[in-house]
Amino acid sequence: MLGRTLVTHQSGPAGKTVNRIYIEDGASIATELYLALLVDRVTSRVSFVCSTEGGMDIETVAAETPEKILSFSVDPASGVSGFHGRRVAFALGLEGKAVKQCVQLINTLYKLFIERDCEMLEINPLIVTTEGDLVCLDAKMGFDDNAMYRQQEILALRDETEEDAKELAASKFDLNYISLDGEIGCMVNGAGLAMATMDIIKLYGSSPANFLDVGGGATTEKVTEAFKIITSDPNVKGILVNIFGGIMRCDVIADGVIAAVKEVGLKVPLVVRLEGTNVEKGKEIINNSDVDVIAADDLGDAAEKIVKAVKGA
Amino acid sequence: MAVLVNENTKVICQGLTGSQGTFHSEQAIAYGTKMVGGVTPGKGGQSHIGLPIFNTVAEAKHATEANATAIYVPPPFAADAILEAIDAELELIVCITEGIPVLDMMKVKRALEGSKSTLIGPNCPGVITPDACKIGIMPGHIHLRGSVGVVSRSGTLTYEAVKQTTDIGLGQSTCIGIGGDPIKGFEHIDALDLLLHDDETQSIIMIGEIGGSAEEDAAQYIKDMAKKGISKPIAGFIAGAIVAGGKGGAEDKIEAMKSAGIVVAESPAGLGEAVLKAIG
Repeated sequence: MLGRTLVTHQSGPAGKTVNRIYIEDGASIATELYLALLVDRVTSRVSFVCSTEGGMDIETVAAETPEKILSFSVDPASGVSGFHGRRVAFALGLEGKAVKQCVQLINTLYKLFIERDCEMLEINPLIVTTEGDLVCLDAKMGFDDNAMYRQQEILALRDETEEDAKELAASKFDLNYISLDGEIGCMVNGAGLAMATMDIIKLYGSSPANFLDVGGGATTEKVTEAFKIITSDPNVKGILVNIFGGIMRCDVIADGVIAAVKEVGLKVPLVVRLEGTNVEKGKEIINNSDVDVIAADDLGDAAEKIVKAVKGA
Repeated sequence: MAVLVNENTKVICQGLTGSQGTFHSEQAIAYGTKMVGGVTPGKGGQSHIGLPIFNTVAEAKHATEANATAIYVPPPFAADAILEAIDAELELIVCITEGIPVLDMMKVKRALEGSKSTLIGPNCPGVITPDACKIGIMPGHIHLRGSVGVVSRSGTLTYEAVKQTTDIGLGQSTCIGIGGDPIKGFEHIDALDLLLHDDETQSIIMIGEIGGSAEEDAAQYIKDMAKKGISKPIAGFIAGAIVAGGKGGAEDKIEAMKSAGIVVAESPAGLGEAVLKAIG
């Protein structure tokens, strides 16, 4: 197992190299159950989800046999209580000492979830052994990125060898970057506009090489780093910078782009569309530079121009 | 008469002395917003960019009769700032801060229940009624007072909608950026409820994103209101619809919106056209 590539639902089709293995005692399983906690955006609370169908993909259970799933949320004002645990225990058909163990477990998991800033905690399977004990046999935890500043111990567990190199570099500069398999590199401010920019690139017949949201408070250095990450991708045949500045000032973006081009050079067409706060200053910086930029007036124009430049090349 | 904010809204800024608070308060003042003070704990009694500073929100409200607050406090302290504003019973709380831990927002959401406050955001561009009051980070100059109400999860896409409705001459009544965080104050439905009942708002643009079910809920709400005889031309857009290739509920969202009579733009560059089509 060690050193080999493991492909699972979570790893993506390319799989991940196994560097660490966690070894657990064997267990004699009588029943397999499912239990999860998550931040539920519908109720704005932490919700429990449990099912008697352990070991299975919960989405499949939800689609085919929704009656086998119990879901409820916990009022954050009063927190978790004994009845929550009993509700889970009886829904899962537990008996004897497993009921008490379940109440204890639900209590502990809720506290863990809150204290550690989890977004998701899934135990699949949760088992009852042949001796009648409740045991968590596997667990997956997801954490809130926004809360990592107060979770240093969790942060210390991060294994950078399992991450995409470009995404890792981006995260060091607090850039929201996701690597994709298209040909047009995108640098956009705001997640919504970034998604919409990708949409419109597809609409004009090409495809995005990445999702990159430089965020609101980006500095010139951050923008320069973002540009370097985009150009380091060999699949990138053209770059589209689309900025509608609110909190983000267009002159900062312009400075960053020019600085990056000077540092790493520019081998592909570059379309820049600037709008919003300090747009005149931003355009001036671009126009006064000797960088070969194709200026665009609006989003449609920008997408059309970059796709044309890439396809024509 | 527009919604949420108008000429008479008196605004304080929590986090006024920070760089974002300073920059955007100056912009707000230049736009004509009635900024009346700021809150920075420990700096009470001083003044900054011509505004008096207070140690607490309650003091600031008492001294200035403010009824709204703009929050530019860093993420670790932002939920506390919102809770303080709720406690001081400010009518409108607009939280711009991006990156607040979701479990902090869970407490805030609970505190809003039964309170006298309305929360917009967090992680949003804010609220603007053109030529009257701007609370937030949106560039003021792209706006034009007019008839389209805008509600959006995405900040920068709100600006797209604004610019396009300005360019076609319709202008905006009030633009509400509700923000993209999973737990937030105003949802699409809350904003639609205000805009549907506002005389000045003749049409609406609603911009969603993949993920969650807020757009489906909004579509259902629009259908329910239409049955009661309350309806306006509505255009919409879902960001990430093409890229996600049907995942994240994009197709379901678009279907739900279309079935409620919303004209859904295929591209974010087509929002202006879509609203014209909806008006017919």
